Amino acid sequence: MAELLGRLGHTVTSKIWRLGFAARFFAYTLLHSGTALRRFGLTVREIYFAGVMSLVIILVSGMFVGMVLGLQGYETLQRYGSSEALGILVALSLVRELGPVVAGLLFASRAGSAITAEIGLMKATEQIAAMEMMAVDPIARVVAPRFWAGVISMPLLAALFSAMGIFGGYLVGVQLIGVDEGAFWSQMQASVDWREDVLNGVIKSVVFGVAVTWIAVFEGYDAAPTAEGVSGATTRTVVTSSLAILALDFVLTALMFTGGNAR
Amino acid sequence: MKRSTIDIWVGVFVAAGFAGLLFLALRVGNLTFSTTQAYQVQAKFANIGGLKVRAPIKSAGVVVGRVSDVRFDNESYEAIVTFNIDTHYQFPRDTSAKILTSGLLGEQYVGLEAGGDGVMLKSGDRLRLTQSAVVLENLISQFLFNKAAEGKSDKDGKDGK
Repeated sequence: MAELLGRLGHTVTSKIWRLGFAARFFAYTLLHSGTALRRFGLTVREIYFAGVMSLVIILVSGMFVGMVLGLQGYETLQRYGSSEALGILVALSLVRELGPVVAGLLFASRAGSAITAEIGLMKATEQIAAMEMMAVDPIARVVAPRFWAGVISMPLLAALFSAMGIFGGYLVGVQLIGVDEGAFWSQMQASVDWREDVLNGVIKSVVFGVAVTWIAVFEGYDAAPTAEGVSGATTRTVVTSSLAILALDFVLTALMFTGGNAR
Repeated sequence: MKRSTIDIWVGVFVAAGFAGLLFLALRVGNLTFSTTQAYQVQAKFANIGGLKVRAPIKSAGVVVGRVSDVRFDNESYEAIVTFNIDTHYQFPRDTSAKILTSGLLGEQYVGLEAGGDGVMLKSGDRLRLTQSAVVLENLISQFLFNKAAEGKSDKDGKDGK
């Protein structure tokens, strides 16, 4: 019993210690991101790996998500004789929720895991220690560019996801099923507010970008310098950032979209 | 990969991302950089139903403005609704405002019906003639009471004979 309690206490303290370390690491990264912004080439290189390489999966999945929304939405809406509202359904669900969330989940598994694995392997092969020996700050040189690349890429990817999804919904709804094109766009434009919906979606995706890349660089930096440690850290990145995205999404949605209706 | 190739791809990516954002803002969100002036007019309603801020104000079916504020007046126990009307559209001073519903279950909007006064509304004026929203429950209960009253009077009539 005492042993059980002791183990429980140990787990809790180590979790809290890690949380504190992660917060300190985040603050340190922000303070030392001067290099990442001054030598912007470093960040651009990381945007290539985090953002450009994720383009294909983001565009294709956005398209399919939009097409599914078009099909499913039409099935439901036509029962109530309001299939013209398909544009609203597709656009609002993508811009407000699915765009940032699904793009964030894909980004976490496509780019976040790669960032963790890369930094973890650098640590395992003692490249990070070598940098420290050469008086190069590994956080400024390795971590900060990756962090900022993720933060910059994520909103752009989410916007592309939503745009692609709306295009997919348009393809299925208007071209395939035959919803009236004018009604599709005009109803969408009438009820999507650019500040309430579009801007809030962008804010969401920025928050997810910060969360995902923070978790990714931290897990990589904190990984045990072994093959096992790196693989464990990669798994933890995907699991933790997916959970973080969904939890943050709930909090942000509660903050953004319920305040307006209460008035 | 060469440095310049990476730069090009990142440039393409960022440009595409901003194009996506622009598409969302302009084509989907219908963002317009209109700096059209608006003047504010207030109206008191006994019941606004489900009218919300940013609901459209229509006259003859054309959107001429939006509801900018909904408040409760503590003295008259009525709702004070502030309208933001585009300065392109001028209305006579005896214009009346109704709260209407688009379709059976649609959103609520304000309908303006122009009067015949020669003097136009200006900012800060208050509309005198208003008609509250139709609350479905009130309508149904009215209908039921009428039916009940009819049935009763029929019965009374028969008894009288």
